[in-house]
Amino acid sequence: MGNMKLTLKIWRQNGPNDKGRMETYPVNDVSEDMSFLEMLDVLNDQLIREGKDPVAFDHDCREGICGMCSLFINGEPHGPGRGITTCQLHMRKFKDGDTIFIEPWRSAAFPVIKDLSTNRSAFDRIQAAGGFVSVNTSGNLVDGNAVPIPKDDADKAFDAATCIGCGACVATCPNGSAMLFVAAKVSQFALLPQGRPEAKRRVLAMVDQMDKEGFGNCSNTGACEVECPKGISLEHIARMNREYLAASVTKE
Amino acid sequence: MARTALLGSSLTKKYWMALTGLFLCLFLVIHLAGNLQLLDASPEGRLKFNAYAKFMTTFPLIKVVSYLLYFSILFHAFDGILLAMQNRQARPTRYVKEKPSANRTWYSGQMALLGSLLLVFIVLHMKHFWYEMHWGGLPVDAEGNTDLFTVVAAAFQEPLYVVFYVVAMAVLAFHLLHGFQSAFQSLGLNHPRYTPIIKNVGVFFGVVVPILFALIPVWMFAFPG
Repeated sequence: MGNMKLTLKIWRQNGPNDKGRMETYPVNDVSEDMSFLEMLDVLNDQLIREGKDPVAFDHDCREGICGMCSLFINGEPHGPGRGITTCQLHMRKFKDGDTIFIEPWRSAAFPVIKDLSTNRSAFDRIQAAGGFVSVNTSGNLVDGNAVPIPKDDADKAFDAATCIGCGACVATCPNGSAMLFVAAKVSQFALLPQGRPEAKRRVLAMVDQMDKEGFGNCSNTGACEVECPKGISLEHIARMNREYLAASVTKE
Repeated sequence: MARTALLGSSLTKKYWMALTGLFLCLFLVIHLAGNLQLLDASPEGRLKFNAYAKFMTTFPLIKVVSYLLYFSILFHAFDGILLAMQNRQARPTRYVKEKPSANRTWYSGQMALLGSLLLVFIVLHMKHFWYEMHWGGLPVDAEGNTDLFTVVAAAFQEPLYVVFYVVAMAVLAFHLLHGFQSAFQSLGLNHPRYTPIIKNVGVFFGVVVPILFALIPVWMFAFPG
């Protein structure tokens, strides 16, 4: 069924403290209809049959909504193609005989667990620092739809909320900056009336946690916006910059 | 407290980069407007330029602003180095294969390098003219003003000086092409209606200002007057 022969150059690293190295694997019988992850499944099947250690890589839903799959493929997060995750990348994007470089996200804040699998819990901690709305659950809840919200604002908030937290922005940023992620998480609440009461505290706490995790600074190269599988816009980073500036100047 | 306000967080550092950067852009315009007088090599033009140089080094308000300018240059450089060092720490292991051309301009990713080259240029440039003007013991012209025009004219008879200044202005052009519009984004000024205008102004500024600056040494080399 497969008709492509590929050479894979894959980052192998036994654990967080291992130095790691690139290793070369030939893989035959790749169909152009396979997803990139299915191609790696074929490789791992081959490695297991040969009694070798399969390549560890992150994946979960395989339909582009969970944000779990990663992989820096031929110099770009989620490989060539725009607006897709690695599970949505198909082998028809490659040609018979191609050599493909596969590396993990490289960031001080995303340590490698094994091979291509990284620990992205830094994002969880940023989210936990302020990426929520505190809701009073004592029985006097107000129906969400009772608060009028302009359609444009709702749409923009939803655009921000489509961020799946995959970390492609950090991976592709020359500075290893997480601004696009944090900006999306700040914006999705900052644009809605339910998010305003805690807006100041939220942006200060989330940026503070982002810095503590060891992410880099934004130099507005715009690489993140290009590589983001969900098309999160740089406008959200500007919004976060405004929110943070206002919050730092007026905080007590 | 002072430390937090100036360099507290990643974003605070960016605000100061943007504010000092935009102030330096404003300086470029003033500096260019004044120095275009160098294109007039007639005897009256020389006297006019020397009188202008005297005004710029003695008028009290200009002196105050010049100290703010020196501080801005140093702080912009210091803050930039700090940011670049943190950015390097954020990616301790480099990618084996990276394709920056896929998602960004080369110069947007090389602002620290371009900025470092500009700092070297500024030091040499100040040694060439600013230092000479203040402490070089230069002769005076017919009106009794320090004859800075002759020093500049002599310098730009050297092909090496001309090449050095033209190359430095090319570096400045790329620094501005990214830096100008980037400053607005850092300050949170991004709007669907105004951002395209800011970007176009940034390209215009980043091309025209360095070209006019570079014109001065080339012109003075070609037409010594």
